[in-house]
Amino acid sequence: MAGITCPTPLPAKDTILLGHGSGGKLSADLVREVFLPAFKNSALAELNDQALVNIAGTRLAFSTDSFVVKPLFFPGGDIGSLAVHGTINDLAMGGATPLFLSAAFIIEEGLSIEVLRRVVTSMQRAARIAGVQIVTGDTKVVEKGSGDGLFINTSGIGLVPEDVRLSANQARPGDKVILSGFIGDHGIAILAQRKGLEFETTIESDSAALHSLVTGMLNVTNEIRCMRDPTRGGLSSALNEIAAQSQVGIELREDAIPVREEVRGACEMLGLDPMYVANEGKLIAIVAPRVADAVVSAMRRNTLGRDARIIGSVNQDRRGLVTMRTGLGTTRIVDMLAGDQLPRIC
Amino acid sequence: MRSRATYLMFCEMRYNDEYRDARICHALAREIGEQTTRPWVLMEICGGQTHTIMRYGIDDLLPRQIELVHGPGCPVCVTPLETIDKAIALAAFPGVTLVSYGDMLRVPGSSSDLFRVKAQGADVRVAYSPLEAVKIARANPDRRVVFLAIGFETTAPANAMAAWQAKREGLSNFSLLVSHVLVPPAIRALLASPQNRVNAFIAPGHVCTVMGYQEYESLVRDFGVPIVVGGFEPVDLLEAILMLVQQLENRQARVENQYVRSVNYKGNVAAQQIMNEVFEISDQKWRGIGTIPRSGLRLRSEYAAHDANALFRMDVITADEPAECMSAEVLQGLRKPIDCPAFGTLCTPENPLGAPMVSSEGACAAYYQYRRHAREVTGA
Repeated sequence: MAGITCPTPLPAKDTILLGHGSGGKLSADLVREVFLPAFKNSALAELNDQALVNIAGTRLAFSTDSFVVKPLFFPGGDIGSLAVHGTINDLAMGGATPLFLSAAFIIEEGLSIEVLRRVVTSMQRAARIAGVQIVTGDTKVVEKGSGDGLFINTSGIGLVPEDVRLSANQARPGDKVILSGFIGDHGIAILAQRKGLEFETTIESDSAALHSLVTGMLNVTNEIRCMRDPTRGGLSSALNEIAAQSQVGIELREDAIPVREEVRGACEMLGLDPMYVANEGKLIAIVAPRVADAVVSAMRRNTLGRDARIIGSVNQDRRGLVTMRTGLGTTRIVDMLAGDQLPRIC
Repeated sequence: MRSRATYLMFCEMRYNDEYRDARICHALAREIGEQTTRPWVLMEICGGQTHTIMRYGIDDLLPRQIELVHGPGCPVCVTPLETIDKAIALAAFPGVTLVSYGDMLRVPGSSSDLFRVKAQGADVRVAYSPLEAVKIARANPDRRVVFLAIGFETTAPANAMAAWQAKREGLSNFSLLVSHVLVPPAIRALLASPQNRVNAFIAPGHVCTVMGYQEYESLVRDFGVPIVVGGFEPVDLLEAILMLVQQLENRQARVENQYVRSVNYKGNVAAQQIMNEVFEISDQKWRGIGTIPRSGLRLRSEYAAHDANALFRMDVITADEPAECMSAEVLQGLRKPIDCPAFGTLCTPENPLGAPMVSSEGACAAYYQYRRHAREVTGA
């Protein structure tokens, strides 16, 4: 087939695109090609949602996350509660008990103080319920037009029990994949709020702090290999990361993955796949097969894990690849998102 | 090619249970197997149908003699290079806000794409509907708002409505860069080609929801090929395939409608009226295929005040693609995406070489997303 050529490829790596922030392949490229070479160290190299550091014999989890959500307030939460839950969850996915958070605010000139007050009140409420304290912070104000109302960064530290070792490189063939509940609620709740999407919806964000759920799971067994909260990039990106880091294949059963009817309908209409839509109160866990049922039972005792179930298993056939057994008995790939999940035209 | 109306209908019907039912699908596949005695090549026109076939592995359920090839019905894929170049040039104009459907932003033009232009500071916005662009124009009288109006007959009524509304309101800062394509002339061009190997077509259900299916009668008459209007769920597609196989095996050729829950013979007459009011039929370039006579729509002269092509003197921009580009053969069903030497290596969704790898409706993207393991596993 010599002679067949395509239009000249464009240099993909000269400019930051929105897709670099989507949690998919472009984000991973940025981490691998820009950040990792610059900051190289053993804690970072684990590439988990949190770093595990050891200070004088104490195992600490340390994590940070920035929140740029628009709109600031949405059904089921706001940027404040999200900023608290997000960092708590990053810590919890390492098995840590979250203790202290920092909060930094980048505020655009012109924001109403009343709005800021509502956000801060919501953060305090979320922190109190989760049993963490916000102990330090920072404020910067940027000129009108240089921000988008309000950006928040939170960092957090937590204690990791001695016998807990969770990492995305530990999945083994035969392990089971557990999902804590319905996917896509957060992303669709946000999209539905955004300007231009005028369809009726009662979908609420699932934003929640997951550490109590994690504690319940860790009490059952020490054979949980790793946990992830499938936020940006959705279930698909989180599982692809695990498959790549553990060098295993993961096969899911389509009919086992719970998606609310409203979320499915909204996704159909918008041309999105719920597998790629963000969640803020769900986790996936890779666990040894013999403890899978016990872990699911423990999760179901917590309201945050009420709909927990096994959605698939780990294999050694297609290393680095996530596949899906469809309802029709055929198999397809569940790929990582290349850029932003774009609304399709039809 | 889904609308709000179809969404509401879906919700009422709990479509995903009924039309994705594994037992019904397997029963249909069995019946197709029993009725097939010879090899047949079937083409689904619409990229949405291609997507369903790949996502559910419908082709894996079919007998070996049935080959599915994928048609040119991905609106993003067939939008000509020069339209993309024009959009990029417009976005760089001072005072212009360019509004587009989301998946146009990544389609490579001659030297850039809309995402990169946006990253460099151009005011490029994503909308789900052209009426959002009208709103933006209304709210920003100091900006010149241009909507990139592409697509098949499905998006044409809404785009026409946007132009109609802008004209009625005297919204002089709103215009459309129109690059509309029509399905029946494309099928005619495929059938008239000496290279054609397609024996029967699944016509696009959403296009026919707007247009009805009377205009397919002449294709059946002139070329003797069966055409079945099909839906977008697994049961729809399998049923449409069965209907085509039955016609082929019995040496019949007529237009049939599988997608009866959405399509009738005459289509949506009100939608057709607004299209006719605003647009007229014109020759149209298709990316990868070339110019097909009377296969597109352009704004009527009464709407010249809202025609970005005229307002911004965009006609000076022309671009021809390399004739040897593989995507042309993919879009005509002559080759499968995995036949391309660049597939999955040089050409991936994050670094697309051609439009069919960009849009989620593009055949290459569908293969990449759902099927590249087929090649890895079989070593093909």
